[in-house]
Amino acid sequence: MTAFQAGAGYGDDRPEEGRRRAEALFDRADPASKRIIVGYGFWIFLLSDIVMFSAFFATYAVLVNETAGGPSGKDLFNLHNVAIETACLLLSSFTCGLAAIGSRAHNSLMYYGGMAATCVLGLGFLSIEIHEFAGMVGQGAGPTRSAFLSAFFTLVGCHGLHVTLGILWLLTMVAQVFAKGYRADILRRVLCFALFWHTLDIIWVAIFTVVYLLGAGA
Amino acid sequence: MFGKLTWGAIPFDQPIPLAAGGIVVVVIVGVVAFVAIKGWIPYLWREWITSVDHKRIGVMYVTLASVMLLRGFIDAIMMRSQQALAFRSQGYLPPEHYNQIFSAHGTIMIFFVAMPFVIGLMNLVVPLQLGVRDVAFPTLNSVSLWLTATGALLVNLSLVVGEFSRVGWLPFPPLSELTYSPTVGVDYYLWAVQISGVGTLMTGVNFVTTILKIHAPGMTYMRMPVFCWTALATNLLIVAAFPVLTATLAMLTLDRYLGFHFFTNEAGGNMMMFMNLIWIWGHPEVYILVLPAFGVFSEVVSTFSRKQLFGYRSMVIATMAICVISFMVWLHHFFTMGAGPNVNAVFGIASMIIAVPTGVKIFNWMFTMYGGRVHYATPMLWSIGFMVTFVIGGLTGVLLAVPPADFMLHNSLFLVAHFHNVIIGAVLFGAFAGYTFWFPKAFGFRLHEGWGKAAFWCWFFGFYLAFVPLYVVGLMGMTRRMQHYDVPEWRPWLLVAAGGAVVILAGILCQIAQLVVSIRRREELRDLTGDPWMGRSLEWSTSSPPPVFNFAVLPHVEGRDEYWRRARLAERAGPMAEPIYKPIEMPRNSATGFVCAFFATFGGFGMIWHIWWLVGVSILGAFATFVVFAWRDRTEYEIPSDEVARIDRANRRARGEAVAGAGALS
Repeated sequence: MTAFQAGAGYGDDRPEEGRRRAEALFDRADPASKRIIVGYGFWIFLLSDIVMFSAFFATYAVLVNETAGGPSGKDLFNLHNVAIETACLLLSSFTCGLAAIGSRAHNSLMYYGGMAATCVLGLGFLSIEIHEFAGMVGQGAGPTRSAFLSAFFTLVGCHGLHVTLGILWLLTMVAQVFAKGYRADILRRVLCFALFWHTLDIIWVAIFTVVYLLGAGA
Repeated sequence: MFGKLTWGAIPFDQPIPLAAGGIVVVVIVGVVAFVAIKGWIPYLWREWITSVDHKRIGVMYVTLASVMLLRGFIDAIMMRSQQALAFRSQGYLPPEHYNQIFSAHGTIMIFFVAMPFVIGLMNLVVPLQLGVRDVAFPTLNSVSLWLTATGALLVNLSLVVGEFSRVGWLPFPPLSELTYSPTVGVDYYLWAVQISGVGTLMTGVNFVTTILKIHAPGMTYMRMPVFCWTALATNLLIVAAFPVLTATLAMLTLDRYLGFHFFTNEAGGNMMMFMNLIWIWGHPEVYILVLPAFGVFSEVVSTFSRKQLFGYRSMVIATMAICVISFMVWLHHFFTMGAGPNVNAVFGIASMIIAVPTGVKIFNWMFTMYGGRVHYATPMLWSIGFMVTFVIGGLTGVLLAVPPADFMLHNSLFLVAHFHNVIIGAVLFGAFAGYTFWFPKAFGFRLHEGWGKAAFWCWFFGFYLAFVPLYVVGLMGMTRRMQHYDVPEWRPWLLVAAGGAVVILAGILCQIAQLVVSIRRREELRDLTGDPWMGRSLEWSTSSPPPVFNFAVLPHVEGRDEYWRRARLAERAGPMAEPIYKPIEMPRNSATGFVCAFFATFGGFGMIWHIWWLVGVSILGAFATFVVFAWRDRTEYEIPSDEVARIDRANRRARGEAVAGAGALS
């Protein structure tokens, strides 16, 4: 939140509180809490991750027409599957949000239930993606076929790899809370995990649009 | 079992790499054996290898950079001597070996000398200047250090096992593709740079968070020392640029390992995309290196002129302007791509514009000196040497930013002379200025001035002798990276350049002598005050070396040059009253960084030699390391208030006595 927003948010009913918070942000009078520092640092990391994806997106945009006589996106993409993938991932963001709220409220049903649902939806997404990739490789449209397919597999696969790592992280966080309870440092990690998972959603929205919608329509 | 690795990987038939590799192995084994026999390993493990203290991590970064500087310089002097000899002959280095040497020289000097040196200085100084106890993520900081060390280790391993890349310090395709570089050289490059690049990215995340979120009370943005500002800009650039490097190298890796077609000649690959991507990282990288050096000069010039820095606000604005514009000039590295006159003009003009904030800085430093009482201590000599040298390098840079001129000078030794002019003249001189300036803060004694000055003059004149001739032969049409040549007009200039390299060697020997002499005579060079230079910012307000918690009580900052203000106040009104001591929580040491890098080394080695089981084991090991780290129950330890009081009272007493003694003398 920027200082401007902090001030604006309290502008109507509590102007003096808004001004105080805005001044605190500029003067840096109070040291930030650990939760703020960890969340902030993780945001910076996520931004760097988004920059990395942007390099893959730019590459894809440059190479999208370099099919070398092979199939193009129009021949390969199945929007039906992609819609299910998108639904899985968007829904998993919701359940992940529930898990994050549950962890803060120390509500085990909400936390474990939310994490389990997120995990299942994530695995569902991955299995559809792996199925799609295997089908493409099976019909001779693997990443070595053309520059377009190299860029496609790398961009979408990199996102898939992130989802895989996210599920690994999810399971670790479930185990941590199970073994150690809702400790402050573990809650900070759950917060970071949730940020990570939502970011993957944002990147998927871009992939969905740039790769699949534009590709199938072209 | 061992993938591509066979006994044939060890160069038994090539005497020079074998001897060089043998010497490195003997030195490493010798050092390890010496340390083990002396019984220092437990101490090193406890106090240094597992340390998460930003000061010690900084010292280890600078040590790594210094050792790698020797390695990179040996490559340099081999190239200069080869070109001095190889007139109408083959010289003493066969082409495939010469190509490895110039590739290794550039890779090492950028990734494993300049980067760790500036990151080391930032580690040592930034938390102290902000008036805090550590960086935002201390264990991550240790991971960054050891991943950088992994990269350096892999590069040096290529001396003995296999070979290094032959394609230059940036692996331009299609030459770097499997078709034209089938051996492991490029793979060594890719994994060394990729692993250390991840470490650098983590440093960037860590320091952006530290500078923006952690600070002493009252340390507002416009009260931060300029070094913190330049560190902020550098780390913002790291966060924004290094992911592009990661992506680009990953694409080349996929091309080489799995037959993808990003940059290949066939199947629609586009090699010019590699140029664009790598320089979108590569040009900000130049400023990642030079901005911290600018920060060092700002601190040094202001301290040794006994004046507040001239134009603080313009310095901050110039720093942030460079930070932004550095992302808009990358195409000037390949004007000859043929993107058309309009594109070239835009990037040419942007490249000239970025010289403006840099010029602002030069004027600020000169106006800081103007009217000041300038003390010509060694750090100040490096700074003045920088100002002279960097202006010349900047001018040749503006010349190269003119596309028609660049078409003539592209890939010539003129270009090589230009970027050495700015990298040696700014980054390296800045690193040496910072090293001399902050050495007493890190170790509690100053470096010997006489040897330091001798080192400066050797480096200064050696630089001009080595690189002015390269400008000349560049204008005469000599291209870079030539293993031999037959133009008699070039020969005398190349002989002078080789002589210059020898003078720089003398400078390096002076620096080694300086370190040895200073350690042996440390008692007479001892600094008890914590402030040997009449410093201005908060790092001088604590003892040298600082206690592990840096400040017994976090300072309340009331203005710019906070320590200078306090010191002058103390001169008039006597020392400040003793604060109320409270217990301090500090992060516990952790082997996570070292163990992680251990697995990264084997993982990288496995990838290079296609030993897939080793890769799998390493990934599992690294993941297990992080889980073990996350499973710790105690992450911090408490230093009781009595202990804090004891350490701080001793510091205050020593400082008081030293100041009183100095007062009696003057």
